[in-house]
Amino acid sequence: MYRSHVLVCGGTGCTSSHSHEIIEKLESEIAARGLQDEIKVIKTGCFGLCALGPIMIVYPEGCFYSEVTVEDVPEIVEEHLLKGRMVTRLLYDETVQADEIKSLEQTKFYAKQKRVTLRNCGVIDPENIDEYIAHDGYQALEKCLNRMTPDEVINVVKDSGLRGRGGGGFPTGLKWSFAAKNSADQKYVVCNADEGDPGAFMDRSILEGDPHCIIEAMAICGYAIGASEGYVYVRAEYPIAVKRLQIAIDQAKEYGLLGENIFDSGFNFDLHIRLGAGAFVCGEETALMTSIEGNRGEPRPRPPFPAVKGLFGKPTNNNNVETYANIPQIILKGAEWFASMGTEKSTGTKVFALGGKIRNTGLVEVPMGTTLREVIEDIGGGIPNGKKFKAAQTGGPSGGCIPADLMDTAIDFDNLTAIGCMMGSGGLIVMDEDNCMVDIAKFFLEFTVDESCGKCSPCRIGTKRMMEMLEKITEGKATLEDLDKLEELALYVKQNSLCGLGQTAPNPVLATLKFFRHEYEAHVVDKKCPAGVCKALLNYKIKEDMCKGCTLCARKCPVGAISGTVKNPHKIDTAKCIKCGACMESCKFKAIIKE
Amino acid sequence: MKSLAELQAIKERTLKSMTSRSDSEDNTRIVVGMATCGIAAGARPVLNAFTEEIARRNLKGVTVSQTGCIGMCQYEPIVEVFVPGKEKVTYVQVSPEKAAKIVADHIVNGNVVAEYTVGSIAK
Repeated sequence: MYRSHVLVCGGTGCTSSHSHEIIEKLESEIAARGLQDEIKVIKTGCFGLCALGPIMIVYPEGCFYSEVTVEDVPEIVEEHLLKGRMVTRLLYDETVQADEIKSLEQTKFYAKQKRVTLRNCGVIDPENIDEYIAHDGYQALEKCLNRMTPDEVINVVKDSGLRGRGGGGFPTGLKWSFAAKNSADQKYVVCNADEGDPGAFMDRSILEGDPHCIIEAMAICGYAIGASEGYVYVRAEYPIAVKRLQIAIDQAKEYGLLGENIFDSGFNFDLHIRLGAGAFVCGEETALMTSIEGNRGEPRPRPPFPAVKGLFGKPTNNNNVETYANIPQIILKGAEWFASMGTEKSTGTKVFALGGKIRNTGLVEVPMGTTLREVIEDIGGGIPNGKKFKAAQTGGPSGGCIPADLMDTAIDFDNLTAIGCMMGSGGLIVMDEDNCMVDIAKFFLEFTVDESCGKCSPCRIGTKRMMEMLEKITEGKATLEDLDKLEELALYVKQNSLCGLGQTAPNPVLATLKFFRHEYEAHVVDKKCPAGVCKALLNYKIKEDMCKGCTLCARKCPVGAISGTVKNPHKIDTAKCIKCGACMESCKFKAIIKE
Repeated sequence: MKSLAELQAIKERTLKSMTSRSDSEDNTRIVVGMATCGIAAGARPVLNAFTEEIARRNLKGVTVSQTGCIGMCQYEPIVEVFVPGKEKVTYVQVSPEKAAKIVADHIVNGNVVAEYTVGSIAK
């Protein structure tokens, strides 16, 4: 019996800031003091507050240490674990009160969250099936197999109103019923874990923090549609997720929760992992299945839909990780419980990966219908450095953006579509006044140009031509006519591409054109980039009255573009200047401006 | 895995080992003084005795934690018991045997073990 549990985040974010070394150091320090039978160290999944990683929680006190380093470990062990004195300098500011510590749930970051799919992340040891079972794990599967018919399972999912969390928003129960209807000698359950949007990491965190819930949900789906085999298609770039999922599958097999005659019900289900090699298009369901089959990951036209002719030509159900993660709890707590959260047509919660210009970078889960303002200002802690919020990019390269004046929009599938945006998979990149919207559109388009598989011409050629137009705009060489052409081509690519990649690739361009056309026009007409990002349209200048002639900038300039004598105002030769900004950063008198 | 009962058994067993991770404010808290003076006087075995006794009796809503020096070093090991809504009770010169009795009498049955408290020594 351990008197104290020390939970250290082993998610990808904290791992990259050395949480594994922290765990090793912790274990050796604990052993050195002979405390190994009293204190248990547990490596968990993501806590969500990645900006403060590496994160450590010490129970029974429940105290939350942030930005822990390997060097801090001996002090934590000596002071806290041995002598019971919390290391206050490492406590997360928000949890510190005058005389005691506040629980994590009371902090602004967690107070407004509702953790359904992330409920076990950061709470259990993902490599220990018993801890998942302790948190009601596999009870939903037992309930389905022994006390519900497949139709009843599908009806519960239908009634819950759950919609696909990968971005499409298609009703999950309906999708299951299609696959269930088609009879075949073999059917398949597929989990799409090929999370590829820049900035999105909710699927990875679920697989890393609670892999068993995906296994349980896929087995439930298999029972509902009549499939005995499943595949999880996960990116090879997610090594921790792959490892933990494999451990989880092995443990489930050992317990007989996968395999033959599960819970003595006669139901068999087996699960395999397939690694994706990192092609964005493989997140599209038909390309994903082609890739599992061992072929080059290219999409094919629908219909026939996967429910009719999917993996290996058999009826297949395909859902995203976050969608599956909701299933066990819907079965256990009921459709009404789930439908009581969120809005009428978008029930439940949604996980967002907060990134960009925001204080609390990390993973948050909120009920559908929460406003963007609440997510950014309350949970996210607002924009750092006193800058002004400009827009939030949702859904990555297939998504759009929400400008500041629509910040009070309640986030759900239909509201976002109504304002010309989309939910996407849940990446939420916050931008402030220093971000150029044309540059953002260019960034995402560059990504899709790169990732287009090349099978259909609208996507292969169309996105490339759009890219060239955007380059022209950011270089100040475009005309207003080009803007109209860009919009026309964007709509054409959207309507005529074969798969989801091409059909959504123009979204960032269309959304920024809709909400920030004035920024495009500033590039085209005034040849200026209002945010000061597009280098070709920038000029660095020294204000003569502010310059003290300290020569620092001239010494910093890598190309020798700055001339002047000591104590006299300096000058920048714009022909030589490469616009790196080194001079502006070095100037102590704020005498250098860009315009 | 053949039945719900098997699943429940694993659940109960594992939950027991995870109780220290529930830090509800309604919990009864047993706090052991673990400064240098406390450790020197034998606070570690006392702390472990509390943890084991609570696990053995399968008590829920009780957490055992540590604190620093309370200031009466000659009376260490000192243990404070906080039951929600009641006044704090301070036990002095606690041993593992006394710890078992404190759990049985005070935590389980609600009777403060007066002879072990700081009040009895002051007399």
